[in-house]
Amino acid sequence: MKFGVLRFPGSCDEIDALQAARRVGDAELLWHGERDLKGADAIIVPGGFSYGDYLRAGAIARFAPAMEAVIEFARTGGLVLGICNGFQVLCEAGLLPGALLPNANLRFTFRQVELDVVRMDTAFTQACRPGSNVADGAGQEGPRPRLSIPAKHSWGRYYAPRRTLDELEERGQVLLRYAPGHNFNGSLRDVAGVSNEQGNVFGLMPHPEHAVDPLTDSTDGLCIFQSMRLAVESGTRV
Amino acid sequence: MRARVLIRPKAGILDPQGEAVQRALPALGFAGVENVHVGRLVELDVPDAGELEAMCEKLLANPLVEDYEVQLLGDG
Repeated sequence: MKFGVLRFPGSCDEIDALQAARRVGDAELLWHGERDLKGADAIIVPGGFSYGDYLRAGAIARFAPAMEAVIEFARTGGLVLGICNGFQVLCEAGLLPGALLPNANLRFTFRQVELDVVRMDTAFTQACRPGSNVADGAGQEGPRPRLSIPAKHSWGRYYAPRRTLDELEERGQVLLRYAPGHNFNGSLRDVAGVSNEQGNVFGLMPHPEHAVDPLTDSTDGLCIFQSMRLAVESGTRV
Repeated sequence: MRARVLIRPKAGILDPQGEAVQRALPALGFAGVENVHVGRLVELDVPDAGELEAMCEKLLANPLVEDYEVQLLGDG
């Protein structure tokens, strides 16, 4: 199984994403100026400041030739993960609903956040297991995993119109929420990660690729990549 | 054709930049200022003013969270 990791001018987390993906499969960097996805089974749009984040974060990157290929790949059911700037790019490209706005605190913020896994039956979360850290969600069946991974951004406030937010919740597209006390950017309804309606495109602001090595403490981010591998291997193509 | 595009955060969406500016003004002695919002200004020369709307929808603004207003400034 092979991951393709996009690299734009201004990307800065593509190497960590590549290394994280290599813990669960093969992975290769894909240059933004090329349309060829080189046979990748899943795509990661990494974090950073693509094209300098000019105009709006992700606004220009969405027109890169590689993104045109990724949009086509997503339309035919391919798995696409957007992390941080990658999430912004996927929203700008219309592959995911909503938009990311400047943090409510107006600061670039870098901190460890805790995330409640809302669903454990998706292509991006199926390998997440409740460990010692469990969400205390009342009224849910069984324990839900709570992931500890870093977030670092200044444009991470998830926004969508109220009706869209209702629809996302009804359809189960909210896969991750900031745990109580961890929504530092002011995201509406504590949304930390959303998928498209088909479930094959997913974006989140925090960085699972920075939480895969015991050397840097938490390895909770690994389950996102493991989930994608399971989805590819079981042939779940939407 | 010279054109100017004004881009504003949509009404009702939290605008922390506007709030920060609004909080800063009283400290300089400007009292009573309300409803401050911060947006963007894009000025451009275009061969066909009829394309401005599409430029705004596709790139210059994000219509989900921003309103835009096109002003035509004439030739030369």
